Amino acid sequence: MSLIVPLIVLVIVFTGIFRKIPVFEVFCQGALKGLNTILTITPTLIGLITSVTMLRESGALDFLTVIITPLAEQLGFPAEIVPVAILRPISGGGSTALLIDVFEHYGPDSFAGKIVSVMAGSTETTFYAVTLYFGSIGIKKIRHTLIAGLAADLTAVIFSVLTVRLFLI
Amino acid sequence: MLNYIWAFMMLIAFISSIFLGKTESVSDSVISGATSAVELLFSIIGIICFWSGMMEIADKSGITKGIAKVFSPVLTKLFKNVDKNSDAMRYISLNISANLMGLGNAATPLGLNAMKELKSINHNKNEATDDMVMFVVLNTASLQLIPTTLCAYRSKYGSYAPFEIIPCVWLTSVVALTVAVIVAKLFFLKKG
Repeated sequence: MSLIVPLIVLVIVFTGIFRKIPVFEVFCQGALKGLNTILTITPTLIGLITSVTMLRESGALDFLTVIITPLAEQLGFPAEIVPVAILRPISGGGSTALLIDVFEHYGPDSFAGKIVSVMAGSTETTFYAVTLYFGSIGIKKIRHTLIAGLAADLTAVIFSVLTVRLFLI
Repeated sequence: MLNYIWAFMMLIAFISSIFLGKTESVSDSVISGATSAVELLFSIIGIICFWSGMMEIADKSGITKGIAKVFSPVLTKLFKNVDKNSDAMRYISLNISANLMGLGNAATPLGLNAMKELKSINHNKNEATDDMVMFVVLNTASLQLIPTTLCAYRSKYGSYAPFEIIPCVWLTSVVALTVAVIVAKLFFLKKG
């Protein structure tokens, strides 16, 4: 598994060599473009991450967890997964911290541990992707992107519980 | 809409901090949030530049054209208004293959280029097109074949079978992705 990334790098560089391309010069040109990319996304990321951090620190999400937990339990979802499910679309780093929290307290092979694993593996940070991609080209009218993304996240939560129940217990 | 979401998040943070007695931590988070954004940016500069450089080589040596060809039968169905030989389509297929391989940081600059191209196809108008929505929706779902970081965490915390969740991850991803594409397509129909 650990060979994949170096292998990709080698294949790219040596295909370049065989096609008589000045690989290092071209690499540097590309890397400079990368630096420009970073510059374009800087304002977007600072704006987004600050507002997400404010939201997380305000306790609003904990409050939401308290409301949703009894509902989730009635549907057969373990309570431990609720905070991860809520934070997952909003904050990648935050939900990873909660995931590790579940691993530490219940173990990665527990029912909840397996569910949060599947959840983390099958979703991305929706808000991050939406703000980053549209923010970078200055589009504010994103139409139904967020609805479709969140519908996928909700589906992923439901199916991570279902698949773990069916195949992993 | 992005304007409202952003403003709304901060309003909710403000109100709930008052009710839940968290005003101090929210006040701190204004500074720490902005700082941690810069820390994040700093931590990804190296990887983003490296993969941008690699992709430049791949681009010049024709690898990227080959990859685009592999994906074009599926992608032309998802992206109705993108020509299959265009730069936009090339970036879209590269972004998707980087995502499949789990190279999230390589996927980001490619995706940003794809968005730029999609905007120029639409004569730089300020509203999202169907294709942009579809592309971002694909990027909000996880396409990664082997979730290596996740499995590393699982094994670090004592899992007996860190990889056993992968079939469930695939099934869940496919279903979630299908739902995302269907929801996106339904809205396109409504508009048209």
